[in-house]
Formats: sequence, C-alpha cells, structure tokens
Amino acid sequence: MTDSICEIRAGFIPLVDCAPLVIARELGFAEQEGIHLRLSRETSWATIRDRLAVSHIDVAHILAPMPVAANLGLGPLQTEMLVPMALGTGANSVTVSRELWQALSPHMDAADFDAANALNALSHVVRDREARSQQRLTLGVVHPYSAHHYELAYWLASAGLIPGAMIDLVVVPPPLMPAALASGQIDGFCAGEPWGTVAAAEGNGVILTTNAQIWRNSPEKVLGVRRDWAESQSDGVSRLIRALYRAAEWCDAEGNQEQLAEILADERYVGERVERIRPCLARSLKSADGASLTVEGFLNFASKAATFPWTSHALWFYSQMVRWGQVEHSAQRAELARGTYRPDLYRLALEPMGIELPSANAKVEGALRSETPAGSRLGQLRLGPDTFFDGQVFDPEQLEAYLAGFKAKDSQW
Amino acid sequence: MPFLCGAHNMPAMSEQALHILIIDNNQLRASIIEDGLREGARVRVTVLGETTELLRRISEIDPDVIFIDLENPNRDVLEHMFEVSRAVKRPIAMFVDQSDQASIEAAVDAGVSAYVVDGLKKERVRSILETAISRFNAFERLKRELEDAKTQLADRKVIERAKALLMQTRGMSEPEAYTLLRKTAMNQNRRIAEIAESLVLAAGLLGGEDDK
Repeated sequence: MTDSICEIRAGFIPLVDCAPLVIARELGFAEQEGIHLRLSRETSWATIRDRLAVSHIDVAHILAPMPVAANLGLGPLQTEMLVPMALGTGANSVTVSRELWQALSPHMDAADFDAANALNALSHVVRDREARSQQRLTLGVVHPYSAHHYELAYWLASAGLIPGAMIDLVVVPPPLMPAALASGQIDGFCAGEPWGTVAAAEGNGVILTTNAQIWRNSPEKVLGVRRDWAESQSDGVSRLIRALYRAAEWCDAEGNQEQLAEILADERYVGERVERIRPCLARSLKSADGASLTVEGFLNFASKAATFPWTSHALWFYSQMVRWGQVEHSAQRAELARGTYRPDLYRLALEPMGIELPSANAKVEGALRSETPAGSRLGQLRLGPDTFFDGQVFDPEQLEAYLAGFKAKDSQW
Repeated sequence: MPFLCGAHNMPAMSEQALHILIIDNNQLRASIIEDGLREGARVRVTVLGETTELLRRISEIDPDVIFIDLENPNRDVLEHMFEVSRAVKRPIAMFVDQSDQASIEAAVDAGVSAYVVDGLKKERVRSILETAISRFNAFERLKRELEDAKTQLADRKVIERAKALLMQTRGMSEPEAYTLLRKTAMNQNRRIAEIAESLVLAAGLLGGEDDK
C-alpha cells in the first residue's frame, strides 16, 4: 500500500478488452496501489480523444494506433500522448453477412477461420462481382486509426483487393455493426468482441476469420496517457501500470472467466448479455456450421507479454499509415511514431515487482513461427507465434525496405 | 426568411445565410438549439435525428457547420467521412480554430462537438458556436432540474412509507416518526430519504411489508 491516494480518471469503450481497467477498479487492484480509479464509459473514439484533450480524463483504453496518429498530427484536436503499456492482444473477428457467406462457401474447403482460405474465397467473389458489374462489397471498420483497419487492409491487399479500388471500407461504431450487417448497409465488418459473436448469435452474421489468424498475437488496445499528465504524475503512471498488470493477470486466469464475464456484462461496462461475452473469454467462436472452435491465441490479457508496449508495434502501425496515404514518410515522423510507445516507463513500474520482462524493446514481427523462449530478465518468458498469415516479416530496423516493398506490390494491381 | 435588422447584423447582410446541421437523437434538445440559432443570426438550420444513412444525408444537405452531440456514436463515422472526403464536397475541420482552446473546452464541457467548413470567417462561426454551447448548457440545466424534481418526489414517497411503518409498528405519532428518521439521518450523516429507504427495505425483508 502506498502512502498517498491519487485519483485517476480513465475513459473506456464498451468492449471486452476494457476488462483490465474494470477489474482494477472492481476487485481492488487499483486501490492496493493507492489509486482511486474513476471510469467513464464513452460512445466513440472521437469523444475519448476530445475528453483527453480538454482534461476530462487523464488516461484511456484506446485503439493502439490512435496515440501514434495523434503525435503525428493526424485528425482533428490532437493531444500529445504516450503509451506506457498495452491492454492485451487480439479479440477481433471478421464477420460477414449470411448472403456473402453463401457466395463465399463454395470456394472454401472448411469453415475453420483460416485467413488464407477465407481470403482466396473473398477474392473469387469480389472479382466475380466486378466481372458482372455488380456493386462493390462494403466492409465496416471501427476507425481509420485502428488495428482492425490496418490488419483488414493488409489481409485484403495481399490478394490485390485494394481498399477503395476493389472493395470499400467504411467506419461504423462497433455496437452498431450487427444492425448495419442485418440491414444490408455493410457486407461484413472487422470489430472487437462481443460484436462478431452478437451478429452470429442473432443469425445475421457468420464469423469468417479472426485477426489472430491474420497476424498472430497482434496488438489491439493500449493505455493512452496525456503526455503532460504523465510528466507531472510519474508516480501515478507507475502505480497505474502495476494495478493494470495485476488486473490483466487476473483476467487471463481460466478460473476467473465466469466472474469476469458477469462483471463485464453489467450495464456500466460492456452492457451485453453474459452469454455473448463468454465465448470471447473462452477463446472460442462459433463457425459457419454452428460448431464452437477454439482459436489459439485469440485473446491475451497478460500472457506472452501482452501488456508490453513493443516499439515495433508502433512502427508497424506507422508503416501502414504511410502505405495507405494517411501520412507521408520521413525519418523524423518514424521516430515520433516509435517514441510514442514507452517501454522504459513500463520497465520502471514493473521491475521492482520482480516481474518477467523482455530484454528488448522491439522485435522482428512475424519471425516467431511457434511459441519460443525469448530473451528476458528471469529467463522464463515465452513469446509468439507472431506470424503474419502471408509469412512476411517486419524488421523495424528495415523500415524503408518494408515500405518500398508495399509500394512496389500495391502498384502492380 | 426575414432579414434581420440592427447594426451588429449589417456586415452579414451581404453574405449568404450559413447552413447549419444539427445531428441529435434527442428531439427536444435539437429544437431548443435550433430556436436559439434562429434567434441570433441569419442562418438556415436542418435537424437530423436517428438515421442509418448519415453519410448520404449529409452530402445532400451540404452544411457549412455541423453540431453533433458528444455522446453520439456516429461521431467516428462523421470524422472518417471528412477524411476520405468523397461524400463531402468541401473540407471540414473541427471547431472554429484548433488553437482556440477555450471554445473547445466550453464545447466539450457542454457536450457538443462542432465541425466547420474550412475558410469560413471565424467571427461569423464563433457567435453561432457560442449560441449552440449555451443552448446545450441550458438543456442540461433543464434536464438536471427535472431529475431533481423526480428525486424529490421519490424521496417524499419513501419517507411517507417509512413514517407509516414506524407509526404502525412502534405506535408513534407522525411527528415522532419523522423526528426519529431525521435524528438517525443526522447521526449517520446520511439523507433522510436514504434512512427511510433502508427502513422500508428492511421491513420488506422481514416480511413486515409485502405490498412491493
């Protein structure tokens, strides 16, 4: 217990991965660190950003690329932010309408969420529709600066389905995705749980693949902190990291799943029926034929260093911002992107706890083909797999070459 | 639309009326803002409630200024639209001026977000923004007053029930019952209504009151 109490105000969006903040408050992990944690449930990422900007909140559960975008000056009302920790990996799915599923299924060997298989089928359908001059398919994403958007676009473009040219991407708020799918406004969407499960349970959607299949153990949400607040409250930041780390460990323990599902189902948090939250926590999703399939690494709250803010994640998002024309590349901007993620603050907070920490701040993304022992303080850390579905790797030291590769590839279609 | 008179409106005479779009699922609040905007300046106002076709409607309406409730989940949709900009004919920025921190804070405090077509004169938009903010605040005040009134009514009801319970079970007079409630509340540093609620709840649990 620390001697003084500090109050921290945090914003979150009702999604399963807001769990560490909720549990830190509900089960006393914040209190143990002397933090009075006030949570405010928000309805859009824009409002999270604005409330950070005018100091209504100090920290937020935020899309992993958003703080990078903010520091690069993208979008309105930018506030300088830093990311001292990540809030887990995964928990996203690509869900399509029943109608689109019917067109896809003849081209698929199995309904097993395999990303390459699904993409091959989608590519057939898109080109078939083009040949018949039918309307382009439209897929929903939650935000232009989201892991969903970049991973979906990465996946699509690897088969030449360039967003904006072959297929349209539109932004739809996550809770409105199932309804937009049911009304035919969109043909599919990529969003965090529980929304894929909700669409499947309501009978309008079929889960096609998951982000865990597109990029294994990929980053998703982070703790975004206003830079000026972090600089004036360095002790508060450390305490919050410790509280959230403990909460994330609790969330990952199998024996806690039922209690976690019940807490998240509450109106103040996710506000969905508990049976629609359970599948995600069990890492098990409903496939097209109704069977529940366990998805390896679908969601990690703490294990495999899921809370570590890898600078290679920040740079991968940056590379996709450049690829899709959101920002023009320069060495200085790349440095700004990298510097947004702050593993130094993470280490500062957790080292005294004797917690296992990776030795490096960045890794070559996509290099670990299976779970592998990684260089760490106590020698017990296991990471990966972290492969991309197409077998490509991203070496953050070779950013220029990676960018040039996309330029050559995307222009050939 | 009538032309407004008065010296302060003179410079605006030569300019076209601004077209303002209010996106709000709350009809009452939208009309309160609309009235306020119509009073103050030469403007055209369109109100858009719940719609699944937000993008198409905005591109048809082609507004100069958009006000949207901060709690509206469609804000992310709106901002994406401004970015890709195929649907909107003109570039739109947030608020009057990014450097104008005070108006931004006032707007977020009030619960409204404003988007403005680039190139509009700041002073023209600022007064409109101020009106919208003050109307949003007025609505919030109204809502709070209504909620307070509701709470007061509920408080009075529960206190009446608690008094009746005490009179029944302990044979107290009405003033005695009220005094006991008030004293207990003071001792425990809680509101009388809270004490009354606990009493009614406890009586219910003990089976003394089964009309609930």
